[in-house]
Amino acid sequence: MPSEIIRLSGHIIDSLILPKVLDEIMDLDGTFEIQDIRIGKRKADPSSARLRVEADSAQRLDHILKRLARLGASPVHVTDVRLVRAPKEGVFPAAFTSTTNLPTEIRFRGRWRMVRGIEMDCGIVVHPATGAAVCTPMARVRKGAWVVCGADGIKVTPLERTRAPEVFQFMGSAVSSEKPKAQLIQRLAEEMRAFRRARRKILVVAGPAVVHTGSAPYLERLIKAGFVQVLFAGNGLATHDIESALYGTSLGVQLDCGVAVKDGHDHHMRALNTIRALGGIRQAVRRGVLKRGIMHACVARRVPYVLSGSIRDDGPLPDVITDTLRAQDAMRRHLDGVGLALMIASTLHAIATGNLLPATVKTVCVDINPAVVTKLSDRGTFQGIGIVSDTESFLRELTRALHL
Amino acid sequence: MHYTIAYEINPWMSLKRQANRARALAQWTRLHQLLTRQLGARVRLLPPAPGVPDLVFTANAGLVSGRTLIRSNFRHPERQREEPLIERYFRRQGFRVVRLSSRCDFEGEGDALWVGRTLLFGFRFRSDAPVHEELARVLGARVLPVELADRRFYHLDTCFCPLDGEAALWFPGAFDRYGRRVIERLIAAPISVSEQDAARFVCNAIPLPDPSGGRALVVHSGLSASLRRRLARRGFRVYPLDLSEFLKAGGSAKCLVLTMGP
Repeated sequence: MPSEIIRLSGHIIDSLILPKVLDEIMDLDGTFEIQDIRIGKRKADPSSARLRVEADSAQRLDHILKRLARLGASPVHVTDVRLVRAPKEGVFPAAFTSTTNLPTEIRFRGRWRMVRGIEMDCGIVVHPATGAAVCTPMARVRKGAWVVCGADGIKVTPLERTRAPEVFQFMGSAVSSEKPKAQLIQRLAEEMRAFRRARRKILVVAGPAVVHTGSAPYLERLIKAGFVQVLFAGNGLATHDIESALYGTSLGVQLDCGVAVKDGHDHHMRALNTIRALGGIRQAVRRGVLKRGIMHACVARRVPYVLSGSIRDDGPLPDVITDTLRAQDAMRRHLDGVGLALMIASTLHAIATGNLLPATVKTVCVDINPAVVTKLSDRGTFQGIGIVSDTESFLRELTRALHL
Repeated sequence: MHYTIAYEINPWMSLKRQANRARALAQWTRLHQLLTRQLGARVRLLPPAPGVPDLVFTANAGLVSGRTLIRSNFRHPERQREEPLIERYFRRQGFRVVRLSSRCDFEGEGDALWVGRTLLFGFRFRSDAPVHEELARVLGARVLPVELADRRFYHLDTCFCPLDGEAALWFPGAFDRYGRRVIERLIAAPISVSEQDAARFVCNAIPLPDPSGGRALVVHSGLSASLRRRLARRGFRVYPLDLSEFLKAGGSAKCLVLTMGP
């Protein structure tokens, strides 16, 4: 929603100017948030207040601001952003503005423009011809591009407080193993159904523990039932999933009875070799070699996946993108329209994805280790909520709650 | 005297209803004599000039505080021509002249009246709200802005007149509910006037100490008998004066004078 920050000062309390401004905003169907207020201690001391005024359309906001200007309330931002050319390929100007993952607008040629594809720790590149502002990672900035510098003319909108009671409000943000999980999962299931109804994308980031703990069939069911629109993972998850599909083991352990199979330690290497011989996961599914499992479900249901490589990977699978910058770009391409991100038993991929997500995407992080969940929010994905749980029991409960 | 109706910048002015210059001069002279001879006030005169017929309404020249004049930024170009004349006069008299930010309009004592140590500031039709902050800074005093709600009472001094620390004449209908509450909180015993009285500019009065020891009030002679009685009961001696020629321009007694000191 369009908003503007205004400042009021003087003897605004005794003269009832402040209550009058607040009444006017409400009378004109706007909403406000008092960001800061300082009240003078003595009679002659002035007071000051900073408010964020919001309205459902730019026109209405304009109308409110005009009225408030008559009462002496002036917008804080009256200057355009400062633009400086990037000195080199992949290098921002020294004073570049580093982004947050919150919705951000810039004022360019007197107009507020939404920054597209916002993610944390990037810069903002402005195309002077169109006025389009695009959030751009450091490595992707071109020499000579106009980059936003300084703090003038930039407006970051904090997340709205949720009005209806929902799972994200219910859980709050504190990470704790002492939360009523059955309730949480029930609410999460309701939320996921709502997302599916609204045709908004659900992203799942999964680590190999999903396979090791024997919970791959639950994730497979989620994919088949249309609750997953994108999957991000690494070489590990895909390899062990394929190993279990081909040999019934994960790292050589029989998944149905939990017993190590004789000579099973090389199953995952043989699985890798099979897929590499066929040219990739899709080819393996098409040739009828891969008949079940998470990756099979993705291919069969046309759910896009991005597999990013790491330095300790075996193989890797031909589908794995080993160039990290290319992998980030591939992940970015699938983030448009994602409303919910479910991160299960993954540390590095969860943080990598969290870095790319705007704060408006609801994020649920499930891990048996509370430190992982804490780490995610410490790295800036503050909108994430954590469920400290064993992966298998979480996914089992979730599929049950979704009646799968 | 150059006073005439040369333009229309408030609902009272009409080019069709011209002021009689000779009668206006006589009325003004009577006011001057009343203030100086009968009431013993010290009056300085701002020399008239051609082309600025409203210069006679000196209340709008600015706001005097000690030896400082906060000069007005007139809203209408017709009156902006008065600004250099006012500034020159005050500088010659040894005043420090403070100009406010040029983006905001301010019409002096027309919109700013002292109530004890608080300045009440009317805005909307002639002065802009943001000025109150600058006034408070320059004066180091509490400045309470109130919005004027009735176009006929376009200046604060047309609908509000502080009489002493406790009383004031006012027409409540000229303010919105916020302004009314501010004034009711500020003035212990306000005297509200009827719409008829307000339209005869009774709030545009000059309160002065009376030579007899009480309080005097110079006001246009059209005030009602009931208001006169109420004022008398509060200990005010009313000096009615025919200022009908100035009413045609939307001004009365108070508009014709600017307070230079206590």
